[in-house]
Amino acid sequence: MMDQLLSVLTWALLLAGSFFFLTGALGMVRLPDVFTRMHAAGMGDTMGAGLILLGLCVQGGVSVVTVRLVLVLAFVWFTSPIATHALAKAALSGGTRPYTLTGTDAARGDESHEGGGATSAP
Amino acid sequence: MNRVAVLWGILFGVWLLLAHFSTLFLVFGVVTCSVAVYVCARMGIVDRESLPVHLLWGSLGYIPWLVWEVLRSNVRVARIILAPRLRVDPSIVHFRASQRTDLGRFIYANSITLTPGTVTTGIVGDDFEVHAIVQEEIDGTEENTMNRRVAVLEGEAG
Repeated sequence: MMDQLLSVLTWALLLAGSFFFLTGALGMVRLPDVFTRMHAAGMGDTMGAGLILLGLCVQGGVSVVTVRLVLVLAFVWFTSPIATHALAKAALSGGTRPYTLTGTDAARGDESHEGGGATSAP
Repeated sequence: MNRVAVLWGILFGVWLLLAHFSTLFLVFGVVTCSVAVYVCARMGIVDRESLPVHLLWGSLGYIPWLVWEVLRSNVRVARIILAPRLRVDPSIVHFRASQRTDLGRFIYANSITLTPGTVTTGIVGDDFEVHAIVQEEIDGTEENTMNRRVAVLEGEAG
């Protein structure tokens, strides 16, 4: 009975994690530019990985493996924002203009507004 | 010196978690951790910033709150992506953060980036440049709450 309960909980967590990964992937396709896509990618890094690792923790029971899984999660949560930040910074200094609804660019106000946010929403 | 000992303890603890227990591997662990700690100490990088043990107590309250925030913003971003009609209103916002130390700003910036929907794109002094997928994400009171909480976390350490 307890085993079944844990299995159900594991499956729920794994599916929820997969859901966030899938939604993140969908966001990568649907969202208009690199900056908005980063937000979608962040979902997989945080909730996707988090829920899946939590599900594995539940399945594995309390052991040294649990601590290792938590360690994996901690490393992911500490490093992924830095990677995201580096990506954003690289895109900005590479001259990528963030997509905005109005087509103007708040970050680089000095440039001409024509063609700002070159991509449009699908 | 104390901090060096703590660093050695953490490194060896992680080693114990990841290695299997045989005399050979324990000796390897002691040697490896000692060399690593010696190199770090010699480089002078074992300080309040690289090993913020003084934040340990405060982070016990901060981390669960942050996880909760991450969960909530994940749901918000998922709703934006899954909505039949895509409603994004991305913008880059500048605001002042109230942390006093670089470490506090680092924690705040990383917390912002960790919550989906907002990414810190630059920090100059206490001026934060944040990209948000919808403007409301950053206009709201949540960012202020996070700002305050990180300042408190940092302040407790004094």
